[in-house]
Amino acid sequence: MRSLTEDPARSAEAHGERAQERKSFFTDTSICIGCKACEVACKEWNGNPQDGDLELLESSYDNTGSLGANTWRHVAFVEQDQERIQTARESGRKLVSLGMPGVGPPSSSGASGPSGGRDTTPPDTAEFRWLMSSDVCKHCTHAGCLDVCPTGALYRTEFGTVKVQEDICNGCGTCVGGCPFGVIERRDEGIIRAKTERNQSRYAQEIANEGTANKCTFCHDRLVDGQTPACAQTCPTTSIKFGEHTDMVHQARERVAHLHSEGMTEARLYGANPQDGVGGTGSVFLLLDEPEVYGLPPDPRVPTKDLPRMYKHTVVAAAGMLAAVGASFAWGGRR
Amino acid sequence: MAECHPVGFQWVTEAQQRGARVIHIDPRFTRTSAVADKHVALRAGSDIVLLGALINYVLSNDLHFDEYVRHYTNAATIVSEDYQDTEDLNGLFSGYDPQKGTYDATSWSYASRGDEEKVEEPGTEPESDVAEPDEYGAGGPSLRHADVERDDSLQDPRSVFQLLKRHYRRYTPEMVEETCGISAEDFHHLAESITKNSGRERTTAFCYAVGWTQHAQGAQFIRTAAVLQLLLGNMGRPGGGIVALRGHATIQGSTDIPTLFNLLPGYLPMPEAGQHDSLEDFTGAIGSKLQKGFWANADAYTVSLLKAWFGDAAHAGNDYAFEYLPRLTGAHGTYQTVERMLRDELDGYFLVGQNPAVGSANGKMQRMGMSHLKWLVVRDFSLIESATWWKDGPEIESGELRTEDIDTEVFFMPAANHTEKAGSFTQTQRLVQWRHQAVTPPDDAQSELEFFHELGRRIRARVADSSDPRDRPLLDLTWDYPTDEHGEPDPESVLREINGYYVDGPDAGTPLSAFTQMRADGSTAGGCWIYTGIFADGVNQAARRRPGHEQDETAAEWAWAWPANRRILYNRASADPEGRPWSERKKHIWWDQENGRWTGRDVPDFPETLAPGTKSHPDAGGPDALAGDDPFIMQADGKGWLFAPNGLVDGPMPTHYEPPESPISNPLYAQQSNPARITLPRSDNLLAPSAAQHGSEVYPHVFTTYRLTEHHTAGGMSRFLPYLSELQPEMFCEVSPEFAELVGIENYGWATIISPRSAIEARVLVTDRVRALTAGGRRIHQVGLPYHWGTGTDAVVEGDAANDLLGITLDPNVQIQGSKAAQCDVIPGRRPRGQALLDLVENYRKRAGITVDTGNQKLTAPYPEPQTTTSEED
Repeated sequence: MRSLTEDPARSAEAHGERAQERKSFFTDTSICIGCKACEVACKEWNGNPQDGDLELLESSYDNTGSLGANTWRHVAFVEQDQERIQTARESGRKLVSLGMPGVGPPSSSGASGPSGGRDTTPPDTAEFRWLMSSDVCKHCTHAGCLDVCPTGALYRTEFGTVKVQEDICNGCGTCVGGCPFGVIERRDEGIIRAKTERNQSRYAQEIANEGTANKCTFCHDRLVDGQTPACAQTCPTTSIKFGEHTDMVHQARERVAHLHSEGMTEARLYGANPQDGVGGTGSVFLLLDEPEVYGLPPDPRVPTKDLPRMYKHTVVAAAGMLAAVGASFAWGGRR
Repeated sequence: MAECHPVGFQWVTEAQQRGARVIHIDPRFTRTSAVADKHVALRAGSDIVLLGALINYVLSNDLHFDEYVRHYTNAATIVSEDYQDTEDLNGLFSGYDPQKGTYDATSWSYASRGDEEKVEEPGTEPESDVAEPDEYGAGGPSLRHADVERDDSLQDPRSVFQLLKRHYRRYTPEMVEETCGISAEDFHHLAESITKNSGRERTTAFCYAVGWTQHAQGAQFIRTAAVLQLLLGNMGRPGGGIVALRGHATIQGSTDIPTLFNLLPGYLPMPEAGQHDSLEDFTGAIGSKLQKGFWANADAYTVSLLKAWFGDAAHAGNDYAFEYLPRLTGAHGTYQTVERMLRDELDGYFLVGQNPAVGSANGKMQRMGMSHLKWLVVRDFSLIESATWWKDGPEIESGELRTEDIDTEVFFMPAANHTEKAGSFTQTQRLVQWRHQAVTPPDDAQSELEFFHELGRRIRARVADSSDPRDRPLLDLTWDYPTDEHGEPDPESVLREINGYYVDGPDAGTPLSAFTQMRADGSTAGGCWIYTGIFADGVNQAARRRPGHEQDETAAEWAWAWPANRRILYNRASADPEGRPWSERKKHIWWDQENGRWTGRDVPDFPETLAPGTKSHPDAGGPDALAGDDPFIMQADGKGWLFAPNGLVDGPMPTHYEPPESPISNPLYAQQSNPARITLPRSDNLLAPSAAQHGSEVYPHVFTTYRLTEHHTAGGMSRFLPYLSELQPEMFCEVSPEFAELVGIENYGWATIISPRSAIEARVLVTDRVRALTAGGRRIHQVGLPYHWGTGTDAVVEGDAANDLLGITLDPNVQIQGSKAAQCDVIPGRRPRGQALLDLVENYRKRAGITVDTGNQKLTAPYPEPQTTTSEED
């Protein structure tokens, strides 16, 4: 049985009057322009250190690489040729025909939108495309990091999000292996890099939370004041949307249905399925290709998901062992 | 736009979601292309062929908005018999002077109706004068009168409409394919998209940035789009227009109240030495009292400006202190100024938020020029490269400069940033938005306002006892802005002065509410006539913040737009000649018959009670001369100019010329490059041979420079910040896989790029986003170079500067450098250091046989002497 703090649905029991409806992101990558304002706003707000060695990462226009202790929003850039676009369109179409729960049926309200009456023939497949997608902590329904944390530093907030309490975290790093998305990391070394003189000036910033686990806080400090998380606030094209979980999932399903109606069958949702290996995520994405293309695991599973089954096996095995031992004594006794 | 103006792009995203089709035309595939409905790549510098072909497509298929074109443009106007087109003269217009390399625009003028002579206004220049680009404000030059000959059937061969048809008849889809490298299929997609989306019910907008302007004929690129938009009826209407995306916050503001050498506030020109000796000479040259429209009142704007600046010292007895204004003796643009530095003709230089050591073309000339100065003041947030070139610039490394030999004294003045000071930003829609101060500036950092106010105060104190007449203008300046406890002048007091006020009479001191209240008799003062009304009723209108959801789509109560809080210029054109909206869908302003006035969703850009059917009085001038269907009220004839009878120095209709360095011969004309371009033939500004010339094979590839989202121009506001530097840490070049294989460079390896000016190194990004094109019968490779990096030691990230590769050739109308299409070679590996670098560049020049004349011969075709170029006796 899940404890109160692990289950977003039982947030009210844990947080009492402070509990709110679960908050989520919906990141619509089909309108992301890759400006990275979310990355910068996140670092500015949270005072996170700069990442990397100030060298090109050999990954198109992406030079921060992945989510980690210091980068809590990360924009991926994927360059694709025509063949790959067609494959993506085909795989998306199959998802629909399979009736995958991740892709919702076209909602009845979708037809009367502002684009009602638009040409819905599939667009010509472009020769080339450049995908951009802003990744973030998934704030899973069943969060591996939280499940495995031995100190209780990771907890489910009153907004249904997952957060590290840096003053409790002892830096053991168990959560790092517990996250199926590779999001959370220990901040081992970080600098806000600048030239020597600048570091010595009084504007140089101290690095917070060294040695502890770090990841997106969902801007908890902003949420408690009724503010929007920094990334969503700054996103110029509203590619990053913020709101109540049910509403975000609803918007995501409408958007994917709309894109399908325009022939863009490559569109699909990620994290919107409550039946997936993490019980769905608090960060829902609309992708234009398979998750792996963006560096996302196709079938994420919370590592503790198998615990009950493993316990069962263990019990059976233990019983068998006991029986065998007993039997051996019994057999031996007969000697 | 998504790449360089991501915040503004939110509205494009919204338009797309409402069904707009977005087509991105750019040599490179950017973040804009990634989200556009279609990307069309073209060869850098070939835009006029593409736009000209669209004009031809519209005209030859009768797709123009006929009623709009007939009534609102100069299509029906007859042009002088002396005019000869590029079709007649090998790619030149009539009036070219091969010796001077400039045009005499006389033959481009409108034919005059009847024989009777018009009374010439004092100061009106004889039209036979060679047009000087730095003489005109935004209104262009005056016409002496507006009484022109017309053919409303548009059939007269000398009508603008027929001239336009003839001029562009060879701009065909085939020519586009041949010159721009755009397929016929893509061209037709573009042409159909634009024409089907224009007319009564729909409008199309063109958005551009410096990809259009930074060419040796940049102004003509914009003109081509203007002609197309006029033909399609897309000007002065909601959703239409040509949207200039400015490069910095409030660049628009610094053009309105200018930092440009040739303009006074409100696009009044700077007076010219020897030509504008009196106020009357000057204002008459701006706008003749006999021409139509609001420039005819230039005297009121000028006198009010002088009253604002010099107060009581400006009075009728001294021509309102007109003699205090500086006089131009020629072009004093940034590049001419660098030349003067190199000739040791300049002692000092102020750099205010500018980093020419990295951000201006031919970086070496910029840095060497600064080394000739006695003093240099740099005002910026950080120690930018323009403040440190004397110790760590590229010329120190190469040995061309030695720190101990440089006599320039460099002063660094730390600047307050936008959150640390109050003031206004004017954006491209002319919307002036007030900013409030959030925090005080750290340490010694100051706002520009405080810095210049203090500087002025101290200089005035120095000359307080002077009897030298040259110090009078300084001492007579109104310099009495109230300051707060930190010494910061009250920025609203400056805004009040800009707005203007009554000087005397019962309303003395009261802010003006409209520029029409300005008088030429000294009774009003105002620092910038087009901003009048921004402090109407004593209220800072720019600080208004009424949310959009509380207003209609015009959002007239969000901030304030010049002039007169008008959101769409020339919006009389949003209604038909009878004053009815062209369609319900595109309704904006209209004629209210009952009340006898213009009304609607915007401030009408037209005399409020001038009824649609009104005919123009042939002898009237100024606003009174406007007819009911003259929407372009700042033009001397009230019409949109398809053909510019004056005002442009390099031709009345845009014409394609190849960039000064080009891989191909001009497929359209024997004339290769803009014959009126401004060249700087110097040994430190050598050009590569073009096309078929000997040595062109030494620099076989095109390079183009541009920006990335993560950085800001020369990096002063981004490379010094770790959060932005980490996102784009290294200088790189972008090339196609085909090109990488051709020259043997590897993805993420190093390449050296060599031009006749310098050689730089860059990491290599091999990407399908860059494609080779076929144009001029050969395979053209384009190398993309972001220009954000520079050599120094204070930034978080440094790298070689792309601008070091560029030469300086200028657009003759606006003095902007061409920086979007030039020639280079690319070799694998990092560049050599020290003397070896200089040797590499020199060896290339020798191989190509380059001299100072290479690429600087303006005339490349024999110029047939036109029959009549002498000025007519009139």
